[in-house]
Amino acid sequence: MPRESSREFIPKVVTGNALIEGDVIYLTAEDDWTRDLARAELLTDEATARLRLMMAEGQPDIVVGPYLAEVSPEADGLRPMHFREAFRSTGPSNYFHGKQAGGA
Amino acid sequence: MYSYSDFDAAFVAERNRQFRQQVERRLSGALTEEEFKPLRLMNGLYLQLHAYMLRVAIPYGTLNSRQMRQLAMIAERWDKGYGHFTTRQNIQYNWPKLRDVPDILGALAEVEMHAIQTSGNTIRNVTADHFAGAAADELADPRPVAELIRQWSTDHPEFQFLPRKFKIAITGSPNDRAVTMAHDIGLQIVSREGEIGYRVIVGGGLGRTPMLGKVLRDFVRQADLLPYLEATVSVWNLLGRRDNKYKSRIKITVHEHGIEDIRARVEDRFKLIRPSFGGVDQALFEQIKAAFAPPAFRNRSSEGYHAARAADPVFRAWCDTNLAAHRAPGYAIVQISLKAHGATPGDASAAQMRAMADLAERYGHDALRISHEQNVILPHVHEADLPALHAELRQHGLATANIGLISDIIACPGMDYCTLATARSIPIAQQIATRFDDLKLEHEIGDLKIKISGCINACGHHHVGHIGILGLDRAGVENYQITLGGDHTQDAALGQRTGPGFSAEEIIPAIERIIDAYLAHRTGPEESFLAAFRRIGMAPFKHALYEVEHAHAAE
Repeated sequence: MPRESSREFIPKVVTGNALIEGDVIYLTAEDDWTRDLARAELLTDEATARLRLMMAEGQPDIVVGPYLAEVSPEADGLRPMHFREAFRSTGPSNYFHGKQAGGA
Repeated sequence: MYSYSDFDAAFVAERNRQFRQQVERRLSGALTEEEFKPLRLMNGLYLQLHAYMLRVAIPYGTLNSRQMRQLAMIAERWDKGYGHFTTRQNIQYNWPKLRDVPDILGALAEVEMHAIQTSGNTIRNVTADHFAGAAADELADPRPVAELIRQWSTDHPEFQFLPRKFKIAITGSPNDRAVTMAHDIGLQIVSREGEIGYRVIVGGGLGRTPMLGKVLRDFVRQADLLPYLEATVSVWNLLGRRDNKYKSRIKITVHEHGIEDIRARVEDRFKLIRPSFGGVDQALFEQIKAAFAPPAFRNRSSEGYHAARAADPVFRAWCDTNLAAHRAPGYAIVQISLKAHGATPGDASAAQMRAMADLAERYGHDALRISHEQNVILPHVHEADLPALHAELRQHGLATANIGLISDIIACPGMDYCTLATARSIPIAQQIATRFDDLKLEHEIGDLKIKISGCINACGHHHVGHIGILGLDRAGVENYQITLGGDHTQDAALGQRTGPGFSAEEIIPAIERIIDAYLAHRTGPEESFLAAFRRIGMAPFKHALYEVEHAHAAE
């Protein structure tokens, strides 16, 4: 995983698990939550990222364990930097379950 | 098998009532996640990568057909139509919704099941030999004492705030199938001058600091067992480290203080508390034992079995791998493999669960077992019923003839589900199984146990696999370390690392090179992988892994 220097901020999204369903959700720019990484708000500076995380932490009725996950903005959308986040954004590899199947 | 007393039923009902209210309070916002988390963990409910996961206890791996059918119903009604049997003889549901969990616990209680003691810093669900009460080599059935310990440990007032989790395993046979050497306490039922008692092993465990247990006492009499266990847990409860969760298990306490010091403290404590055990536990034990009385074995001809063996090579191959010796004449222990080549180790669909329940009822005295090797056992089947049983297992994709072979792999859920995981386990197991099935080498290779963990916590028991595979995260890439020579039996040994790890693409070819080296070096088919490793050591395998042309290690 690339390490951040003080100069270079790696873009992030706010993510966590939904309280009731337990599935992966992302914070959107509209202050809403989405199950689709493509719709997540891309955070490109540290101050905003911290602020948005604090806002997420203030919504324990919706999200459990929110944190910042590193992403890479690509032409076709946001790509998770770490394979763990890639699995979270799709689902398990042994069954076609989870997000890849279009549901929780 | 054991049936709930009124006390048990009321206890589970009360816990479920409490948890239903706790969930309601969490959903209403009256409880924060920080407040709720320890409460849900007390009821086996985790939050994993993609969803909640409910871990249901199957005490000492024993269940009947009614319970298995209820597990199937739960899988269909509240999950995605399957369940995952674990290395601790539990079942995990990977997709429950928080709102539904109180109803799931209610459905479990209907069949005398629960999810208590499957998580958190408690004395966990006690595990036992999956051949208990059936094995030909057994001294005594370990399940009555497992149930006694279950009753003693549940909500024990002294042990409400343990330093860490505490796992107890019991074998009633000298051939240890319960991995007693790798538990916080391992109990081995032994006989001394005709008297049945217990050898107490302490301080074993896998995880980031793997250790084999040490003998705490060679013989503990039946009447002394509970006070002796209580003394042991009590000593650890006081001494065990709470400053560092990686040093909190009893294996570290034993390691830091030395077995002699621990033994002296346990004996002192035992002397102090022994008089407070006035014999109530022994009266209870007699009742429990009666509940585990063996079924009425039938005296029948096995002629049909022998005829089918002679006529049907597929049936014969299945018998050769999947049956074990039963104590009653004419009976066999049937191991149903949940390791079909390419399938997820330990998973069973609701339809398969129902099929196994039906077969247990029809042919198996209504008894089922879950093994720590993630298979299902029908412990009491008459040989005469085996051909019909096998035919029905085939219809449900449950007749894979691979018990103890290279595709009978233990694998933890890994990063496909688990938040603790550092790499995936399941796809590695799937690929190894399909690869060696394609090569048609499985039976040629013979007895071989591959165990895969997706992180150092070692739920997949990789340290005691003949071949152990540990998945790690190396700079954001999955990387797999190999250990060789581990053994989970009475001759327990921890595997030795071969060297640098392999990428996900390289690990299957690496396993193939190990197998090739074994086949080249063994004295003959009768020399197992483990025996060959013990004779020739690590060098030939290292050579095959790292020095053969095209072999490229990554680290």
